[in-house]
Amino acid sequence: ITEVCGAKRVGYFGPAQFYIALKLIAAAQSGFPVRIESIKNELPLPRFMALKNDSEVRYGTPAELHGVKFQVPHATLEKNSYKRTDEGDKQEPKSPPMSPICSPPASPSTYQRIPLSYGYGKSRSGLEQQHGAPYEVRHSTHQQDAPSSGNYGAKPAHCSTLNRSLSAEREQQDSSAHYSDDPWRITEEQRDYYINQFRSLQPDLNSFISGSMAKNFFTKSKLPIPELSHIWELSDVDCDGALTLPEFCAAFHLVVARKNGYQLPETLPETLLPEYLQAGNVPAAGAEPYSESLPGGQQTRDFSRTEKATAEEAPDNSALLQDAKKDDKQALKVSTALKTIPKEFQHLTVKTAAQESNALKARPRSRSYSSTSIEDAMKKGEEPPTPPPRPQKSHSRASSLDLNRVFQQNTQAVRSGWLPPPPPALPPRPPVSQTEQVSEVELHPQMNRPPSQAEENSSAKKEIVLAQPPSKPARRKLRTEAQGLETPELSPTINVTSSLPAVKPHLPVQKQSSKQKRAIQTAIRKNKEANAVLARLNSELQQQLKEVHKERIALETQLEQLRPVTVL
Amino acid sequence: VLVSVICSPPQNYPLYIRSVPTENELKFHYTVHTSLDVVDEKISAMGKALVDQRELYLGLLYPTEDYKVYGYVTNSKVKFVMVVDSSNTALRDNEIRSMFRKLHNSYTDIMCNPFYNPGDCIHSRAFDNMVNSMMMQVC
Repeated sequence: ITEVCGAKRVGYFGPAQFYIALKLIAAAQSGFPVRIESIKNELPLPRFMALKNDSEVRYGTPAELHGVKFQVPHATLEKNSYKRTDEGDKQEPKSPPMSPICSPPASPSTYQRIPLSYGYGKSRSGLEQQHGAPYEVRHSTHQQDAPSSGNYGAKPAHCSTLNRSLSAEREQQDSSAHYSDDPWRITEEQRDYYINQFRSLQPDLNSFISGSMAKNFFTKSKLPIPELSHIWELSDVDCDGALTLPEFCAAFHLVVARKNGYQLPETLPETLLPEYLQAGNVPAAGAEPYSESLPGGQQTRDFSRTEKATAEEAPDNSALLQDAKKDDKQALKVSTALKTIPKEFQHLTVKTAAQESNALKARPRSRSYSSTSIEDAMKKGEEPPTPPPRPQKSHSRASSLDLNRVFQQNTQAVRSGWLPPPPPALPPRPPVSQTEQVSEVELHPQMNRPPSQAEENSSAKKEIVLAQPPSKPARRKLRTEAQGLETPELSPTINVTSSLPAVKPHLPVQKQSSKQKRAIQTAIRKNKEANAVLARLNSELQQQLKEVHKERIALETQLEQLRPVTVL
Repeated sequence: VLVSVICSPPQNYPLYIRSVPTENELKFHYTVHTSLDVVDEKISAMGKALVDQRELYLGLLYPTEDYKVYGYVTNSKVKFVMVVDSSNTALRDNEIRSMFRKLHNSYTDIMCNPFYNPGDCIHSRAFDNMVNSMMMQVC
């Protein structure tokens, strides 16, 4: 195969040779003779066996390695990204030499040409989608490792780290049958990578990255600003000027894809929607060989790796202030389930179908972890498309027997501030919440839940509050403005105090065994927590108000000073 | 025929102009520009209590062409101007208001984008799509 594809002649595997080689591998695996003509047939993708041993893989058959690599043209892109990271180059979407690394035996010379590939080759060997973990590993090592054949030694070191991801990927490999050629799916490795990058910018995975931070981060990718602007528009589905973890993953993925030469879509692909990403991406990732989603995510690694996000606290204040205006719109869009009926109606008119679908998806999702309340359901019954929403996410305020009372409280709280982005950890909740809806008894679990999630997110709480059925648009505006101002302050506090909810498992049990008294006690506890949160919010808002007053006074004095000048 | 324009203070230069389906764009640009004066006048007359939606020149009619100009101002003094054909009498006030609301929402979405610098011309694809769909509904 090597000979046929021309590598022997040329001395290395360029992209053309590599692709031809892979095609020939597929042909051979399908039983066709290995000839140039064979590649004209319709061939299935070459299959690679999952190799348990990295070293084996590395020195495994070049065919396998190539096959692995070929799986994705993106793979080359990935390598490119590696290269970039290693060498600090930004853009080389289609740099040729990918293959060598994987197969040290195949062509040491080519290996040298691909400096970054060394790590890559290793991970590749045997796994289709290694890119995620390997990249991360490589990050640490790449910088020091010189892209040279000497990397062989480094490879074993990577192996162990890669094995982790590799094993996950092996499974994926095995299922290469249901590879979908969808470049917009995010594989596990990519996802892990994105998550780590998110962590570097924002340690709390439940919180979000402000617009300015994200701007700096993505600007390092050296994409043109209009494209970055478009990527932002696509990925920030709730239009709040900040990126939650799934939004961030989607944005990162789009950047990677763009750097690898993919055209940006007009609308966000389904696989990149926050709900989709949050609701358990694993199966999807597993199904795909990283190849598709690989498109260079790692390219961005380069800059993301090096950057150390210093939280820029003032997220886009202007954007936040705009939130007040957009709040209505956001409500629908926000995946966290704030569903206020009026908002929904407005949003339905305003939003595009895609957004609406997002919102609809989001709403059910957010509702899932809000406490079930029949009253709420009835109140929200007006919302045509969505089922009765749960007022809160399971924590603190969420459950109390007297839902109406709680809701009143919550609406008050909501006014104090509202953070749009939903906390990323959604999957566990839905099953629990859905069961809860069935009966009041189910509320108990929620009540018990809140304590565990008490501090989870003030935003989450707010969202829940917002979900209060009879939401008043006017109030929402107040809220949004306050929220806008408060978001920067709240975010840090939320991040600090947030703790991922771990609730699900115990809820059903509690459901069965909870008694009225316990329910009341938990409700009391929740209300206390809610009060504490609200008090905190209140103090924060007061602080902000003072600051704003000061600013206003300063501006007015300035104005006074300037006025006489102009008059003269 | 429908033209929508967004102008931002303080210089009142247009950030975004889109007209459907038309050829006489220049004339509409002129119309919009002249109507800005009226908008400013109304702004100053309002004082505080700035109402979101205001109608402008309902009665602006030409012998040859009829069209109406509607204005809308946000709290940050960003002006939206819309010119519609008077022959399109199906358009009611509520529809105009809802269109302005949509424009406003889309505009705030653009503002949220950290890559957008206030004062730049608006090149957002999402915004264009929204405006196009809105105009298609009318025409």
